[in-house]
Amino acid sequence: MLNAKIPAGPLNTKWEDYKGHCKLVNPANKRNLEIIVIGTGLAGASAAASLGELGYKVKAFCFQDSPRRAHSIAAQGGINAAKNYQNDGDSVYRLFYDTVKGGDYRSREANVHRLAEVSGNIIDQCVAQGVPFAREYGGLLSNRSFGGTQVQRTFYAAGQTGQQLLLGAYSALERQVALGNVTQYSRHEMLDIVKIDGKARGIIARNLITGQLERHFGHAVLICSGGYGNVFFLSTNAMGSNVTAAWKATQTGAYFANPCFTQIHPTCIPVSGDHQSKLTLMSESLRNDGRIWVPKKKDDNRKSSDIPEDERDYYLERRYPAFGNLVPRDVASRAAKERCDAGYGVGTSKQAVYLDFAAAIERYGSIEANKRQMHGVSKEEIIKLGKEVVAEKYGNLFDMYAKITGENPYETPMRIYPAVHYTMGGLWVDYELQTTVPGLYSLGEANFSDHGANRLGASALMQGLADGYFVLPYTIGNYLADEIRVKAIPTDHPAFAEAESKVRDNIAKLMSIKGTKSVDFFHKKLGKIMWDKCGMARNEQGLKEAIEEIKVLRGEFYKDVRIPGDENEFNPELEKAGRVADFLELGELMCIDALNRRESCGGHFREESQTEEGEAKRDDENFSYVAAWEYKGPSDYVLHKEPLVFEEVKPTQRSYK
Amino acid sequence: MEHYNMNLTLKVWRQKNKNAQGNFETLQAKNISSEMSFLEMFDVVNEELINEGKEPVAFDHDCREGICGMCSMHINGRAHGPWDGTTTCQLHMRAFKDGDTITVEPWRAGAFPVLKDLTVDRTAFDRIIEAGGYVSVNTGNAQDANNIPIEKHKADLAFAAAACIGCGACVAACKNSSAMLFVSAKVSQLALLPQGQPEKRTRALNMVAQMDKEGFGSCTNTGACEAECPKEISLTNIARLNREFINAGFTSEK
Repeated sequence: MLNAKIPAGPLNTKWEDYKGHCKLVNPANKRNLEIIVIGTGLAGASAAASLGELGYKVKAFCFQDSPRRAHSIAAQGGINAAKNYQNDGDSVYRLFYDTVKGGDYRSREANVHRLAEVSGNIIDQCVAQGVPFAREYGGLLSNRSFGGTQVQRTFYAAGQTGQQLLLGAYSALERQVALGNVTQYSRHEMLDIVKIDGKARGIIARNLITGQLERHFGHAVLICSGGYGNVFFLSTNAMGSNVTAAWKATQTGAYFANPCFTQIHPTCIPVSGDHQSKLTLMSESLRNDGRIWVPKKKDDNRKSSDIPEDERDYYLERRYPAFGNLVPRDVASRAAKERCDAGYGVGTSKQAVYLDFAAAIERYGSIEANKRQMHGVSKEEIIKLGKEVVAEKYGNLFDMYAKITGENPYETPMRIYPAVHYTMGGLWVDYELQTTVPGLYSLGEANFSDHGANRLGASALMQGLADGYFVLPYTIGNYLADEIRVKAIPTDHPAFAEAESKVRDNIAKLMSIKGTKSVDFFHKKLGKIMWDKCGMARNEQGLKEAIEEIKVLRGEFYKDVRIPGDENEFNPELEKAGRVADFLELGELMCIDALNRRESCGGHFREESQTEEGEAKRDDENFSYVAAWEYKGPSDYVLHKEPLVFEEVKPTQRSYK
Repeated sequence: MEHYNMNLTLKVWRQKNKNAQGNFETLQAKNISSEMSFLEMFDVVNEELINEGKEPVAFDHDCREGICGMCSMHINGRAHGPWDGTTTCQLHMRAFKDGDTITVEPWRAGAFPVLKDLTVDRTAFDRIIEAGGYVSVNTGNAQDANNIPIEKHKADLAFAAAACIGCGACVAACKNSSAMLFVSAKVSQLALLPQGQPEKRTRALNMVAQMDKEGFGSCTNTGACEAECPKEISLTNIARLNREFINAGFTSEK
């Protein structure tokens, strides 16, 4: 039975109580305790920096050339915090409630409440680091709205919030590197976890420049390696984002939870052709002001500007009047798919809907004209003023759209379509963020903990930094307090030698295949299976087919993949091959999980389980649990269930009408 | 937007590793769509090379949406290619036409040694940040975020400087291989904000000292960095850095 170790007592005092009673490690002992951090995104960098500040000896690993490149950098829209600076009724409880509801009642109440409690501290910390959030003329912080909420609690830095937050965490990390508390290992990839007497005690990493394998000891290991959206090949993730670190943890005995919970983001630039290597997100913040529509007539081939107002279907506003264009992501994505599948899509591929700023430009233009006390101005002038306001709010996003598509979004509506963006599933962790392997922790997107079956916008940055700055530095002490007598284990220990030779054999096996097809060939094939059968809509037959197809594809991969070059050198194809090999196992598990969960919830939509209006229909009686999968071997998994208990929030059919 | 296909000749820098001698190799890129990004064009070329049993061209890239700063490439003599304010990953092939020859080199700077083909080592930038590109505030030290109002204009200027992605195009574009635009962006961001005040002197002095130590050249105000910066970081940041540096030199008590 999985023990989530949720503290007893009322929900709103659990974290306070925990902090008041958890074990502490004194400063002298901290200096002798070593912690390995895998990944330097928001979760990893903030954890590594904070642990270094506390005095632990930290080693931080990333596969990129610098910690600052981690994909958190690409987060656009913002970060939530229950500051209630806008006096619009926000509170810790509201943020907690919105997040649990937004996650379609598949997350743990205690974790989410803690997240909401520390959200305000994050903003304070970031501002103190010099993160330049957007401000009002009075000099105070500005907020905007995101999907699934009715308050303005999102803090932002234009469309580059992730960049600014990550650079804040990165600068804190570099400060610790300079002070000698953190050692940085860039262009290194973790390829196995070393377990001694059942505890995580280190890793095997490959130096990506030289190809050499290295052994590193740690009293604890933190997996902060992000999500696994690239299993779909096409996603908004960075090209290098991968599941390898989390998957090696799974193979070493950590359970993998809710793998089928993937988030398909509604507003991305549509696929343009077979050459496509990745998809680009257009921030959810655009739904603050943009209106989403398709023509009312099927197969309408007119230009958007030729379609009069009354022949447009603003389908989100029509279906969900209370939240309108700001419904949660899963709802908005399915609604777009529904319209396109029904034949109302736009653009050459017909797999797109419009995101239109014409109304916002006019509205902002009028406000601006009023502000400047300009009277009787022409419509052209109003539009000119409006475009300036929109450019200030969303300029970088509009520029990006223009560069990619060659179209001017100030003049014509953007074409958008849903794309894989985030994965709510991940390593199972308890309240302390520890996996089922003692000493092995997981933070940020790499764990499963806070977002249930659907993550609300601007909550990923919040969770990554909450875990790294304010949760783990407390909870890890509770474990390490009992480790103070353990001296650093020399890396010539047999467990290190064994793990290294396993990694070496794996690499040799991949290199020796010398087949005829590139790694990308297999990755694209896997992505297509996943998108078609384990994507926005899933059904029993499709999932069963997908499981078989993935097994066959995995067999072909190990027979026919071609990796050029040598293992003892900088070899990006070899790196990719290792990651795709892991995706080929994970993909199957995602389908197994999706097949097992015969209900719809959040981003997991089983066609067999929907309401009359086509909304996701949960089955709380049978599926109100976290599905944590134990790895026994490829295609061999054992399901463990963590029942979800709701004491504060009563699960209901989510309604955004 | 009219889309078209094209055939291109690429002259690409190939170099086995840091110590090997490099040379240009001529490659053909066939049937390239104008809708592809520049890196997707390289994906196609690499796929072809792998199928022919040859080694693909190594290049740095990650987010492919212009923000991580990992992609580099000197294209036809310009850092990040012909479009202003654009990273290589956001450069699209409609910038080229059928029959073009494109020369692609790695960043050229002593402080950025080539690791392989078009990949260079930019860890010098990390070490410059280590020298002072931060505010010394431990987790938990912070006061309420709205306690210190910051003039919007200054906050906006700080943000514009903070938009630097650390790609190194400024160094590659500079005839002196100077990192002044990079250093000035970080110094400016923090000098403009109240949170950066207590350490402003040591920051300017230490970051510049580290820059020199890494072997970056001096600034002669040619402005090539600003012209090639994909995030259009302004040259006025360098003026601000100079002011901070001189002021610190005169007033620092160390």
